[in-house]
Amino acid sequence: MRWNELGKFLIISLAIIGGFIMYISPLANSIKQGLDLQGGTHVVLQAVETPDAKVDDDALNRTVKIIERRVNELGLTEPVIQRQGKDRIIVELPGIKDPDQAIKMLGRTAMLEFKDINGTTVLTGKDLRDARAQMIGGNQSVVGLEFTDEGGAKFADLTARNIGRPISILLDGEVLTSPVVQEAITGGKAQISGSRTMEEAEHLAILLRSGSLPVKIEIMENRTVGPTLGQDSKEKSVVAFSIAIAGIFIFMLLFYRIPGIVADIALLLYVMLLLLIMRYLDATLTLPGIAGIILSIAMAIDANVLIFEHFKEEVAGGKTLRSAMDKGFSRAFVTIFDSNITTLIAAVILFYLGTGPIRGFAVTLGLGVILSMFTAITVTKFLMNFLLASNLTKNGFLYGVKYPKKEAAK
Amino acid sequence: MRFPIVKHFKYFMGLTILVLLIGVVSIFTRGFNMGIDFTGGSIVDLTFTNEVSVAQVRDVLDKHGMGNSIIQLENSTDNEKSKSVLIRTGLVEDEELRAAVNDMKTVLGDYQINRMENIGATIGEELIEQAAMAVVLSWLLMIVYITYRFEFNFAVAAVAALVIDVFVTISYFSFFQMELDSSFVAALLTVVGFSINGTVVIFDRIRENLKLHRRSEGLEELVETSIWQCMTRTVYTESTALFAVLVIFLYGGATIHNFMFAMLVGFASGGYTSICLAGPMWIKMRERKNHKAVQA
Repeated sequence: MRWNELGKFLIISLAIIGGFIMYISPLANSIKQGLDLQGGTHVVLQAVETPDAKVDDDALNRTVKIIERRVNELGLTEPVIQRQGKDRIIVELPGIKDPDQAIKMLGRTAMLEFKDINGTTVLTGKDLRDARAQMIGGNQSVVGLEFTDEGGAKFADLTARNIGRPISILLDGEVLTSPVVQEAITGGKAQISGSRTMEEAEHLAILLRSGSLPVKIEIMENRTVGPTLGQDSKEKSVVAFSIAIAGIFIFMLLFYRIPGIVADIALLLYVMLLLLIMRYLDATLTLPGIAGIILSIAMAIDANVLIFEHFKEEVAGGKTLRSAMDKGFSRAFVTIFDSNITTLIAAVILFYLGTGPIRGFAVTLGLGVILSMFTAITVTKFLMNFLLASNLTKNGFLYGVKYPKKEAAK
Repeated sequence: MRFPIVKHFKYFMGLTILVLLIGVVSIFTRGFNMGIDFTGGSIVDLTFTNEVSVAQVRDVLDKHGMGNSIIQLENSTDNEKSKSVLIRTGLVEDEELRAAVNDMKTVLGDYQINRMENIGATIGEELIEQAAMAVVLSWLLMIVYITYRFEFNFAVAAVAALVIDVFVTISYFSFFQMELDSSFVAALLTVVGFSINGTVVIFDRIRENLKLHRRSEGLEELVETSIWQCMTRTVYTESTALFAVLVIFLYGGATIHNFMFAMLVGFASGGYTSICLAGPMWIKMRERKNHKAVQA
């Protein structure tokens, strides 16, 4: 017995097991969660060509900027606004409370117009410097407007010429309010009344501040997951993950005994490394992504099964445990490599063609395949070598192998 | 005594062709149960504070021109009223849908949105196109890789096994009219990725044994031995993978039910084709080629 080698094996193993128990939960929670886990709204917007507004690269980029401004004003944590293809925009709003209000804001053109009694447009949203929701008289919500210098002059002129007559303020062609002008307003400021609540006034103010969209936008896809369902999915995945990993552990223990335990330890390290890499790549964990992790665990086991089967064969062929293990690793390597590359090809295709949650699945599956080659081969080999060098036992049962019978040997 | 697999190839192939035929008939007669990802339309899953009835919900939807929607009550105790309601509508403008859902709040009381999905009409075709492209591309790349690492005959046999797996999975969804959604494509590609794995391991063993091959030993015998040498590994790996998929299928929640089910079918088929079909198909490929060579 060589205590030195056994000690090294035990220290490393216990460190991995302890690390897993302590850090797996905080680590998993520190990864960005997809909308299907934390709840939220995923919207796909489509720019539509109209006779007055062409959908081109520039128009779409400007649209993305304006929508970005609108979303940022909603004060959500980590919203995503992404251009997709030549005429689509993806907006992801995590943890949103009122998706309806938010969606309403995304696609509105928000073209502001001030018209005189003859219907002539005198001022537009371009003449605005700022717009803020205000509470006046203790209970009335209004949007206070501040004009640019040029806009202020136009507004003063408009009001001066229309004393005693109504002017109209329109948003996207709908009349918001039609006040009767009492006197000429020269301060470059105005108010829009007609908002029922302060929230409504705030949303209107955001729309006006962010400017009007250069193209017409339609909502093509809208997927909302409520926070309860997200939480439920999260809890269910934890259960599924625990059962699957426990089952695989027991399986390896029963069929491969000591090497099985070593493979299990490598597997714990694998799960931790996978989560760690996902965290540093800022990858998003989705429900299918968790399924991908569980699946990749089953696949990671495959490498160890291949190695240990060769190991058994070599021992049965008369080799010592150590050289059989070495041979097992070297023979299995090519097989593991070839079979994993083919799985990787599928994961890469999925990554490039998939969207949203499916991409999350491709990421965990692909990363898993690469990483599991490292842990299942390198880490298992490293630990096995310490253990075999320690001469702890040569019991065939404990190694899950059958030694060749003496009389049968050549 | 082990069961001779290569010798029984005819029967395995017969069984496979039978399954594929049932699949073809089902696809042509029953078609697919396409989810809203393909057809467009919406699903709204709400939990109300107070119990509501189907008629009440339909009344509100009717006002917004969605009276012909499918309304299901979930967890209903007396089948008339429930707090949980699942609504499936046809194609609908997002604004109209949100207006209807908002209206329910005023008419039927407060609720929590569990899920609300509304998909426009145009995405479906793109999705089918993308899916077909992804699957075919994966086959082509597999052929290239296996030809590079092994040889062309291996590649064709392995991909033929894959085509069967994908087809069996698709047929199953048609036969049992399970709903197809966008995750189905991902499931198919995972089936491709996993099933090729099993075949490659067996082919790798055949390749290894070919190097030690004695002329006296027939090709069939060699393949038979190779398949059985890998049998423990194939059974272990298949079982752990199927076990993992089954656990997620049972405990992972309704959201990924179909996704995991497709994998369950595909993985099972993948195990079968890897063991029973891939090896013998490679022999047939090789024999045909040699035959041609002799004729020439």
